[in-house]
Amino acid sequence: MIKLNVNGQIREIDADPDTPLLWVLREWIGLTGTKYGCGVAQCGACTVHIDGVATRSCSLPAGSVGAARVTTIEGLSSDGLSHPVQVAWLQHEVPQCGYCQSGQIMAAASLLAEKPSPTDTDIAEMITNICRCGTYQRVKEAIHTAAALAGPVGGPSGGKS
Amino acid sequence: MTQTTQFGRRFFLTAAAVAGGGFSLGWSAPEAAAQAAGGSELGIWAVIHADDTVVVRIARSEMGQGTLTGLAQLVADELDADWRFVKAEYVAPDVNYANKRAWGDMSTGGSRGIRASVDYVRKGGAAARAMLIEAAAKKWSVPAGECTTAMSVVTHTPTGRTLRYGELAADAAKLPVPADVAVKTPAQWTLIGRGVKRLDTVEKLSGKLVYAIDLQLPDMLNASIAQSPVFGGKLKSFDAAKIKGMPGVRYVVPVGDDAVAVVADKWFQANTALAALPIVWDEGKNGDVDSAQIAAFLKEGLDAKEAALCQAHGDVSAAFAGSAKKIEAVYGAPFLNHATLEPMTATAKYADGKVEVWVSSQNGDASLAAAAEAAGVKLDAVKVNKHHLGGGFGRRGQQDYTRQAVLIAKQIPGRPIKLIWSREEDMQHGFYRPITQCKLTGSLDADGNVTGLHARISGQSILAYLAPARMENGVDRIAFQGWIPGEFGYQAIPNLKIDHAVRNTHVPVGFWRGVNTNQNTIYMECFIDELAHAAGKDPIEFRRKLMAKAPKHLAVMNAVTERAGWGTPLPKGVFRGFAQNCGFGSYTAAVAEVSVSAKGALKIHRIVAATDPGYAVNPDQIAAQVEGSFVYGLSATLYSEITIQKGRAVQGNFDTYEVMRLADMPKVETVIVPSGGFWGGVGEPTIAVAGPAVLNAIFAATGKRIRTLPLSHHDLRPA
Repeated sequence: MIKLNVNGQIREIDADPDTPLLWVLREWIGLTGTKYGCGVAQCGACTVHIDGVATRSCSLPAGSVGAARVTTIEGLSSDGLSHPVQVAWLQHEVPQCGYCQSGQIMAAASLLAEKPSPTDTDIAEMITNICRCGTYQRVKEAIHTAAALAGPVGGPSGGKS
Repeated sequence: MTQTTQFGRRFFLTAAAVAGGGFSLGWSAPEAAAQAAGGSELGIWAVIHADDTVVVRIARSEMGQGTLTGLAQLVADELDADWRFVKAEYVAPDVNYANKRAWGDMSTGGSRGIRASVDYVRKGGAAARAMLIEAAAKKWSVPAGECTTAMSVVTHTPTGRTLRYGELAADAAKLPVPADVAVKTPAQWTLIGRGVKRLDTVEKLSGKLVYAIDLQLPDMLNASIAQSPVFGGKLKSFDAAKIKGMPGVRYVVPVGDDAVAVVADKWFQANTALAALPIVWDEGKNGDVDSAQIAAFLKEGLDAKEAALCQAHGDVSAAFAGSAKKIEAVYGAPFLNHATLEPMTATAKYADGKVEVWVSSQNGDASLAAAAEAAGVKLDAVKVNKHHLGGGFGRRGQQDYTRQAVLIAKQIPGRPIKLIWSREEDMQHGFYRPITQCKLTGSLDADGNVTGLHARISGQSILAYLAPARMENGVDRIAFQGWIPGEFGYQAIPNLKIDHAVRNTHVPVGFWRGVNTNQNTIYMECFIDELAHAAGKDPIEFRRKLMAKAPKHLAVMNAVTERAGWGTPLPKGVFRGFAQNCGFGSYTAAVAEVSVSAKGALKIHRIVAATDPGYAVNPDQIAAQVEGSFVYGLSATLYSEITIQKGRAVQGNFDTYEVMRLADMPKVETVIVPSGGFWGGVGEPTIAVAGPAVLNAIFAATGKRIRTLPLSHHDLRPA
């Protein structure tokens, strides 16, 4: 039995502790917004927050999470739209097929929590998720917009290198 | 809350669309779905509800390319609908089949989504509008000719009376659908040409969009599959007893004659058990084939006597013999995997001689046919539920995974079985972009004019593998994409020959986004650059002469070089390269600006890309496709390849099959120059110019010609 705190809810799950968190989220809890892309922490489609930090859940044993807070795309904002990253993503029409976007959004939200006004270099270093449709240009622009929306630290134009 | 959509049943795509380019957070999917449940059918393409909601039916598949929104724009424009009320729903393939394919071709490839449907879907919108006018005219007892429409309202012009579409829809639906209605002229368009927001973005931001891989059904089991590692090999045996008792495992079943699947409560359990399953394969005759053998096989074709002709005029041999200078070069490009981020997946349920599938498919008709064939039932015993695709790029036109899901489900009747390929299966069982080499020979006169050009492709034919019936006397026309008369920009070359020595390997090949325009444009545009260099001329001025018979190619070249400032000074160490092509009905060109450090670190500073798609339906979505095309095209140019050892694909995941990430994507500036009069595709044609523009810039920077891909073979890496 694994005990997890997912999106603020305590879940008791009857799965082998070695089961990657990704599959516990998708198949045991039914939260399918977190995606499978590679299974080897390469693509980032499975990105969730562990205590606020972007983490690739496909390679993280669920049993190792302990009491840490797990946040998935479903728990990023109450309505699925109002996190500054989601607002900026809609404004810039970032998604194409959309499959990688949960991971991109979670990675971006974590980056902004750590660096409220990231430079292009920060973004290039921190956002390593694969998008086969090639939305990277809009991902970058939307992160700058989200930084401005989120408020005062960087200012509206803050941080763009 | 879900939002797949299939009319007549299942759920609805909720439109987050708003007018004026703003964005709204104020929609609510469950209510929208409830509203959408009724409605009045005005012909087959539009349903209008009492609350003014307009639901446009979509037969093609949405995989990120924006066709769903673009097609809705076409219908809504003819309908004079208020875009704020427009939503979209898929036509179910089985409903299309049952109605004698009233909604036409469902195949979504070749950048045809819009350009091949544009006439009939616009007529559908125009017919619905005529019905609304007729209904209003009857109500008012006035001539229909006195009524006008705009923003989902019919107005009786002489009196100023108005009725909303929602008020008219029920009456309008009772009228006959006019058979032949005129569509608008371009000057009358209100939505076509506007960068309205996509209809399907919101669900992609919240994780709520249900892709085929996300489907959850009552009693569903999950399957993971292992296919013969050697292409063409067969399944000999497996030892199910060895994994019996592993967590969740329910069944181990053969799938056709070349695969085996483990079926478990959860997919992770199935995949874990599959890894522990002893399997014996019959490798067949290809277990020793490797990339070096394939390369030698293709090399032989470069000078072979027999070749399939694309086109020829003049006499290239005489031109070469009498030339002042003759240049020859051999290029090559590897096999490539599509690597959609959502791996191949399909769910199937078989019961009582009927089969239902849930798929992400680029071709709903093909999914229906594959399911029927695999289940051994008639086409009318199949239901197909289409989901948005987590990437397609040509791969999901093939329905091998749907066939497999049904083959598994038939052995476990009554329960839905969701088949998901592991990334490794996906990487090693593709329909790869065909491997080709190309020998180009060109000649110049004493003034540096091109007197002759011969391009000889040697390599694999997609049609020979996938659709031999479409070969024409041994010629695969698709192999010549970009080079056939009408597409080829350098038709003015006085002596010209283009041919193809077909050299098929045992490796499956297929349509990979952009298809053969990709390799061909690299070959041609880099070689034209070689000729320009040999002639001592500027690559743009040099091409201008060759484009004497290609005004549209020339116009796009002019547009992009002007925007990029071709010929103007650049920062120290930065150099430009150019490439152009015509494919999928559109004209594209690009200028790349790059620098290469002494250690071989490549930096792409800027891309300017122009496209002439005739009419531009949604400029913002065109820009998105152009931007993404550079990621897809440059991934292929810089990093990706599938190599063959012991008859199988070597690369298994993104650690060895590298693709472009954010850090390496150059800034892309899109220039749209719609010249009107035709409808060209936008999802694919730009990919072809991405590689050669950068390769030609690398030559300008280093003097080094890259003739084989990927670039990582040449001690050049992104900085």
